[in-house]
Amino acid sequence: MTYIRPQFRHPALPKNDLGYTSKEYEGALSTLCAGCGHDSISGSIIQACYELSIAPHRIAKLSGIGCSSKTPTYFLGNSHGFNSVHGRMPSVATGANMANRDLVYLGVSGDGDTASIGMGQFVHAIRRNLNMLYIVMNNGCYGLTKGQDSATADEGSKSKAGSVNPFQPIDLAGLALELGATFVAQSFSGDKEQLVPLIKEGLSHNGFAFINVISPCVTFNNNPGSTKSYDYVREHLEASPAPDFVPTKKEIKTRYASGTGTDIRMHDGTSIRLEKMAHDRNPYSRLEAMNALQNSRNKNEILTGLLFVQPVSDDLHQTIQSSDKPLNSLGKDVLCPGSSTLATINADLR
Amino acid sequence: MPNSKINNFVVRFANVNGTGSASANHLFAKAIFRMGIPVTPKNIFPSNIQGLPTWYEVRVSEKGYQGRREGIDLMVCVNPQSMPKDVMSVASGGYFIYDSTKTLHPELIREDINYIGVPLMEICLREFTDPRQRQLFKNIIYVGALAALLNIEFQVLEQLLSEQFKGKEKLIVPNVKSLKLGMDYIKENYTCPLEMRLERRDLIGDKILIDGNAACGLGAVYGGATVVAWYPITPSTSVVEAFESYAEELRIDPETGKKNFAIVQAEDELAAMGMVIGANWNGARSFTATSGPGLSLMQEFLGLAYFAEIPSVLIDVQRSGPSTGMPTRTQQSDIILAAYASHGDTKQVLLFPSDPKDCFDMTAESFDIAELLQTPVIMLTDLDLGMNDHMSEPFEWDDTKPYNRGKVLNAQQLEDMPRFGRYLDVDGDGIPYRTIPGTHPTKGSFFTRGTSRDEYAAYTEDGAVYARNMDRLTKKWNTAKNIVPAPFFYQEKNTSTNGLIFFGTSTNSAEEAMDLMLEKNELVDAMRLKAFPFPKSVDDFINSHEKIFVIEQNRDGQMRTLLINELGINPQKLISILNYDGMPITAHAIVAGINNNLSVAKTLTYQ
Repeated sequence: MTYIRPQFRHPALPKNDLGYTSKEYEGALSTLCAGCGHDSISGSIIQACYELSIAPHRIAKLSGIGCSSKTPTYFLGNSHGFNSVHGRMPSVATGANMANRDLVYLGVSGDGDTASIGMGQFVHAIRRNLNMLYIVMNNGCYGLTKGQDSATADEGSKSKAGSVNPFQPIDLAGLALELGATFVAQSFSGDKEQLVPLIKEGLSHNGFAFINVISPCVTFNNNPGSTKSYDYVREHLEASPAPDFVPTKKEIKTRYASGTGTDIRMHDGTSIRLEKMAHDRNPYSRLEAMNALQNSRNKNEILTGLLFVQPVSDDLHQTIQSSDKPLNSLGKDVLCPGSSTLATINADLR
Repeated sequence: MPNSKINNFVVRFANVNGTGSASANHLFAKAIFRMGIPVTPKNIFPSNIQGLPTWYEVRVSEKGYQGRREGIDLMVCVNPQSMPKDVMSVASGGYFIYDSTKTLHPELIREDINYIGVPLMEICLREFTDPRQRQLFKNIIYVGALAALLNIEFQVLEQLLSEQFKGKEKLIVPNVKSLKLGMDYIKENYTCPLEMRLERRDLIGDKILIDGNAACGLGAVYGGATVVAWYPITPSTSVVEAFESYAEELRIDPETGKKNFAIVQAEDELAAMGMVIGANWNGARSFTATSGPGLSLMQEFLGLAYFAEIPSVLIDVQRSGPSTGMPTRTQQSDIILAAYASHGDTKQVLLFPSDPKDCFDMTAESFDIAELLQTPVIMLTDLDLGMNDHMSEPFEWDDTKPYNRGKVLNAQQLEDMPRFGRYLDVDGDGIPYRTIPGTHPTKGSFFTRGTSRDEYAAYTEDGAVYARNMDRLTKKWNTAKNIVPAPFFYQEKNTSTNGLIFFGTSTNSAEEAMDLMLEKNELVDAMRLKAFPFPKSVDDFINSHEKIFVIEQNRDGQMRTLLINELGINPQKLISILNYDGMPITAHAIVAGINNNLSVAKTLTYQ
């Protein structure tokens, strides 16, 4: 399989304040399944960074392991990227951020990467209010290992192997709110109109910004009650081993006004209900956000939009009072106390 | 022949953990050091904050031997809990000093040792009213008693107290009073000084007294470390504490008052290693300190740093394993785990410091080595070196020597080159060029990954490309052999068919063992290893001797295994001299081990 992205771009492609077109923000061609929600999110990231006129090389994109963590290859090709180990992106991002406070840090993770193996690092990045945007591409399953339930899978949903998930899901947005994240949003991969502004806000936020993006897995999202899910079909094809089938589908897209709900039909025929937060809701109240999120969950709805923001807070650098200059820019003249100081230290040790 | 009882004995203090004995015991050791006499103090402490027995052992050696020595000549026992064992541990003809406020149980009386009772509790109850003071000054009183018994110069003790309580002068008076109480009691009730005693010498020169962990922390400040990530674990914690206290003093921006460093206490050792990798990737010098259990947890990240070629520095202060093991006892048992850390084909650069100066030098140098080689550097120190004071040559620093950041491309270099390939072997030494994020708007960015990649950092599953990269890493490994510190040879030319190999804290006792053997005209050659990979000179040393004794402090002879595995040595040739009871190895154990082997060998020859 060879993917060749055409180099041609329309000569009249608009440029941002830095004189870059959106092309300078693109990455390699995606190798994810056609129709994957993650690719839509990559598109939104490209658009957000382009519109914000961030110099591509001033962004560091980091990820863990999984389908979602592959995406940094597919956006911001002129940015340095770091595909680390499973669930450990937050620690790598923390170290990177400590080394250079002047770059923009974009972390991309998945529900397995964040809500299971990486839970410890995720919560501690929030606790430290690390200055970064942390996006979870949340599809409720482990795509790369063929669809096992993740910790965000809904109770009662069926895995590809047919087992019913008996555990309640971890609500990452609720958790982030509870832990004191200073920016919490939730969105849907197909809702660019909402997602692009949220990414722009998250990138511009000083402190830890979290966006939980529901991103359907076209290959493995099988919910109970769906008569058109791949699992359902396979259950009715007895004695015939089901081959892995990756359908080519169009992305699910939606547009709707804020304050109104909309049902999104998933690839397998089920639907999820998204509720946009109304403009009159107070985004500065953590308590209201937690209540609203809980109310939506009780109604089996997913509340989207900016749930909470605390515009002014101390990030990790401010908390530990580290230098205003990036630490990686300091030379030996600043860092090394020199031989005369060492002589004094020696004298004190005699 | 000098009097063997002058400046040549071992004193052990038996205390209760958490009763403030540490500073009194340190005062005792430092006073001997100030009298120009070589001294080695060692803490033998429990994994406990308060209540369990703890010991402090001080070896005084006119000859300057710093290794541990068996046999206690003088025991100061202020812990009733450990008293029966403590009485038994005194060498025949030695002294047992105890709190005589209560009479000793008849079962604790031995005919072959001398008892010196000092009513510590009684004196404290009489002289002090505050309960905390009654406990604390008990310790100072026995130091006073020892001063009289062993001839410690009183003005030296006074001077040390005035230094210790600089700014808190109010505390000097009761301390000096306590010292005098102890001294006076001895002078009134016993003949002093003892035959076994101290005499001022000038054997210290310009040496310093410091623990290895503090030296590591200071070395990291000098080496330019700016980002420190760590998770608390005995016995490594004081490395970061030392870094912090030196940096708070030496690394504050004069204009803003802000810190030219960042310390993050991580949520666990995995995160600590991840932070170190992230910071180094982003162009800062960064390190972590841990011990065995932490090293186990860091394995996955160490593989990433090896394979993605990210410099990083890890200081492993080894303790007794496996698992939680004996967390407050020493060992050299992380060698294999560190050398091949992580799954897949990995090899890691190791450094083996043997004294505080090594700790300082090697920590500072480890950042250069890590950046030159673009790989992790693991320094293997241990609890004995890290948490005990050692006499050491003073620290030195060459102000003219720049930090060697290795092959890092700047914006202009990127501008001038046709195409940047992160993993291209441009110079033929296996070391590629790297870029720091944010250097150039359109050139030099690449995707760092733990997956296989081609020379231009693009993901590939092409087996040939993968193998080519692995071979380049081997080439880099061979380059490393000439970059890491070379071993130290104790002879210019071989003098014997037998050779010793040792490293780290076995060095003191191994050197003493060589002296003991020399006294009996038994010549051996010796080599002290300082690093892994092994340079060719290691191979040559082994090949030019018939029999090699490998001295190390673990059960399985891990360094021996590493030598056999890496150099293809005939296992029959390498004989292990081991110690793994958690206490530092002694010279006598080494000599006994060697003699045992040689005499067995002789017996076999005669048959």
